[in-house]
Amino acid sequence: MNRQGMLILAVLGVGAVIGAPFAIPAFITQLSFLWLMVLFALTWDIMGGQMGYNSFGNIFFFGIGAYVCAVIQRDAGLDWHVAFFIGMAAAAALGVIAAAILGSGMLGLRGQYFAIATLGLGIAGGEIASGWDYIGAGSGLVPPLYPGALGAREMFFYFLFLVLAIICFFTLRRLYSGRFGLAINAIRDDEDKAESMGLHTTRYKTIAWCVSAFFLAMAGAGAGNMIGFIDPRDVAFAGLTFGVWMVLMAILGGKGTLWGPVLGAAIFHITQELFWTYLLGWQRVALGLLIVVIVVFFPTGILGWVREHYPEKFGQAVDAEAQGAAMGEKAEP
Amino acid sequence: MDNVLILFNQPVIFLQVVVDGILFGSILALVAYGMALVWGVMKVINIAQGEFVMLGGYVALKFADAGLSPLWAVPAATVILFCVGWILYWLVVHWVVDKDIFISLLATFGLSIFLQQIVNQIFSADVRTAESGLVSRSFLDDRLVVAEIKVLAFVLAAIVGGILWVFLVRSRLGQAIRATAQNSRAARLMGIDTNHVYAMTFGLNAAICGGAGALVAMTWVIHPYLGLSYLVRSFMIVVVAGLGNLPGVIVAGLGLGAAENFAGFVFGAEYQAAFIFSLLVVILVWRNWRLGRQRRYLK
Repeated sequence: MNRQGMLILAVLGVGAVIGAPFAIPAFITQLSFLWLMVLFALTWDIMGGQMGYNSFGNIFFFGIGAYVCAVIQRDAGLDWHVAFFIGMAAAAALGVIAAAILGSGMLGLRGQYFAIATLGLGIAGGEIASGWDYIGAGSGLVPPLYPGALGAREMFFYFLFLVLAIICFFTLRRLYSGRFGLAINAIRDDEDKAESMGLHTTRYKTIAWCVSAFFLAMAGAGAGNMIGFIDPRDVAFAGLTFGVWMVLMAILGGKGTLWGPVLGAAIFHITQELFWTYLLGWQRVALGLLIVVIVVFFPTGILGWVREHYPEKFGQAVDAEAQGAAMGEKAEP
Repeated sequence: MDNVLILFNQPVIFLQVVVDGILFGSILALVAYGMALVWGVMKVINIAQGEFVMLGGYVALKFADAGLSPLWAVPAATVILFCVGWILYWLVVHWVVDKDIFISLLATFGLSIFLQQIVNQIFSADVRTAESGLVSRSFLDDRLVVAEIKVLAFVLAAIVGGILWVFLVRSRLGQAIRATAQNSRAARLMGIDTNHVYAMTFGLNAAICGGAGALVAMTWVIHPYLGLSYLVRSFMIVVVAGLGNLPGVIVAGLGLGAAENFAGFVFGAEYQAAFIFSLLVVILVWRNWRLGRQRRYLK
């Protein structure tokens, strides 16, 4: 595709995402959730896809964000917008601090140990939150109501999540294209070798988790307000819904790619909105089944499949001979 | 703080907490042993471990609903769960067993959600228990109460563990399982059908968990979301004890049962689950930190 075509496509895309809430106002909440899902998938993919550290507990930072923001809104006694943005900034800061502190201990764990430790972390967060009276314990927290008119509230959150998702996407694009991206990919491929080549692997791993936590905590701050009620187990530390979805969406789209999680999130969310309601409670059963099927039979995801079959579309001139040699090498260990 | 003082001023309460904890720990040791078996033989960490416990519990519940004594559910759950595990191996785990450990981790993670939600749909999310019809006995002037069913669970857990150990050491299949654990490729070369061994191992693990689950349903409570806590506990036990260390698994299991009971007593029951999950993180980080000083890490 030439440059002009790309430009037209980009303009159309921007027009579509900005115009969407005005064109179909009935679906504005679902569209806001779509951007939230994109954020989930993108932030999971930093660790799970690009760095090879499968985390089942990233929802922990989302929960921290939701609670920090809501507590500041509750106790600060400021104007709604001021309190919200201060809360969001505080949420992001605390999320990053939490990731840095936890990361210094947990990121030393490799592979399956890290995965299960994070699984414990996510649930521990929910359990602690539902026992702690200061943040409402099991009955949850209700953030203050948005002051504007009825339609303005939805519009505000739509653009909030749109902007967050776009910032996240371009930040990651910038990060992946530079030294940072190469470093975390090296960690995924062989951490010992990466370390012996002089990479400060722990530093890169911690930064990656902090980036992930930064966006997740802000998303949590916004989502807590958008949903309007922060339940410790079902909204903030919702390991069974959001926590599972973020893994599934990234794998569905193709982990380890930039567009994969976006695509996976869009497909998953649209399918969910269209069909899920007809499944009447069986949707979570279907969710488990879907994970099994994707992981077992389709582990590279949609983009991975396309990349395998049409490598020339990805701008990498793959030397057929070299690829054949590499594959031959792999087949005979 | 007051609760800690009570423990020291009232030795009987201290004893009660320890006894209850150790009786519960026997079940944990059993589940952890199953996990260590699958992990050692197949190099798969089965995230659906706790769901097998939960399924076994619902078998006992079905027995109680049908008017049968749930004590019969222990062998029944063992048999039914063996079949479930065997089928699930061929349907799902078989495809991921030789692949990267992440893939099998994610696949069993999906399996765990699937089983959990299907039970949630069929039996609803209520917390339930199967009445065993056994009574409690009191000692020391009625101050120490021990439920007979808990003692029975302890004894049965010990028996199941013993049978399993004898099976692994003596029987032909047990030898094949151990050979596969040592080196699956060499075992294949020696004519062992490793796929069959994997299927039997996975089934055996499910059977152990099923039996444990039936005991859990009779002794404590059961609900569809129970699985994860058993997964985390058994993982913790295996990590502390190390793979292939049966005495270690038993000691760690009993110890965890007691520690958890103490935490529940000191911090209050609402923090007991938080304690387990936080303890997992702490134990993993601590072990890894210890190894990290020698430039090594948990493998």
